[in-house]
Amino acid sequence: MSVFVPVSLEDAFESLDRYPDAQLLAGGTDFMVEISFAHRRPSAVVCLRRVAELAGWRLEGAEVVLGAGITYSELMGPQLSGLLPGLAQAARTVGSPQIRNAGTLGGNLGTASPAGDTLPVLAALDATVVVASRQGRRSVGLDELVVGPKRTSLGPGEVIVEIRLPAALGSQEFLKVGTRNAMVIAVANVALVVDWAGHSVRCALGSVGPAAIRAREAEQFMTSRIDWTSRSVAGEPLAVAEFAALVRAAARPIDDHRSTADYRRHAVGVCAQRAIERILADERQGASGRGAWAS
Amino acid sequence: MGELIDYRLQVNGLEHEVSQAWLGENLLFVLRERLGLPGSKNACEQGECGSCSVLMDGTLVCSCMVLAASAVGADIVTVEGLSAGEHELSDVQAAFLAEGAVQCGFCTPGLIVSVHDLLEHNPDPTELEVREAISGNLCRCTGYGRILEAVRAAQEARQG
Repeated sequence: MSVFVPVSLEDAFESLDRYPDAQLLAGGTDFMVEISFAHRRPSAVVCLRRVAELAGWRLEGAEVVLGAGITYSELMGPQLSGLLPGLAQAARTVGSPQIRNAGTLGGNLGTASPAGDTLPVLAALDATVVVASRQGRRSVGLDELVVGPKRTSLGPGEVIVEIRLPAALGSQEFLKVGTRNAMVIAVANVALVVDWAGHSVRCALGSVGPAAIRAREAEQFMTSRIDWTSRSVAGEPLAVAEFAALVRAAARPIDDHRSTADYRRHAVGVCAQRAIERILADERQGASGRGAWAS
Repeated sequence: MGELIDYRLQVNGLEHEVSQAWLGENLLFVLRERLGLPGSKNACEQGECGSCSVLMDGTLVCSCMVLAASAVGADIVTVEGLSAGEHELSDVQAAFLAEGAVQCGFCTPGLIVSVHDLLEHNPDPTELEVREAISGNLCRCTGYGRILEAVRAAQEARQG
């Protein structure tokens, strides 16, 4: 086994030229478990932690451009949690402080677990993922990148470098169900965005399918029911119940060691219902956002 | 097992030689088995329990999830490096003893590192913030009550 610790993308590409089958290592929170439990013995590892181009984030007009190496802890910071509140909420549900300090957004994408907590948020925000190799860059949508459970379309020599998201888009909520608050892999999770300016509702579900699922019919239904001028819903309880039913119908869950398909389907409905209720309640109270929890 | 290599790690302010090590070893294994620093404990080896917590470049991480060879050049602090000397206690360690927050003791080193990290960044945490800060450190003996008391005591002592 060879280990490379490049400090630039150019160095990383060079290592990948020499070892095209090398495993990319970001925060290590998934990969190191496989190594330590001897489930994997890769011939080469390219550690991305010190690659300068993958660190940090910037604003480009109305877009936030996140380096793929950004950690969950960084996503919870005061500025980013204001610009990307749903992503900050999702980041806060990941693991523990230790895990959030190590794990990265690019790693969550690269691992492509059906339970990845940031993935529904990225799906709901229609994230663009920038992938680079020595040959150049390409931009892909989440559904082009994540093609199945723990499967991506990344080719040899390719590295996820950036994630581009709309800044401070509307109201956002993320809810997750697990056996406790900390250190838990999602049984089900839901990201909801209500874009008041664009008159759209986006809802994505995690842990209830091979990859994040956009609940399109539920989105269209709620979009048609919101009065975009008063930011309210006539007959809210019935409309919310129908929304939750459409979310449940969109789920494609399975039974596994973590939960049952039936429970997961129920749970995404409850999460979606609470998410829309919270957003509508915030509007009633004239709150400008729910970012106040962020440290 | 593949090729073995030599490299150097910076731990508790000292340069340590790691010799003839397999490149896939995690930092926890290297600390305990190669560098004679058994303070960091190995329970789960998958980031669940926090008993291997260390500071890497000032950031709290599980050492079991760090590829040791990739930590070359990083400033690593283990529980052994938190007090003034080998026979000294840090204020947090002293508070844990005074408040009876130690039973079997296995989780203690990881908790000590996490609490040092917490008080470093947030000198006056609320109880909720303390609970969140130690949510990645499992203790199966105490029920956490005395641990929370110890954190509060250390916090108050630092506030003077």
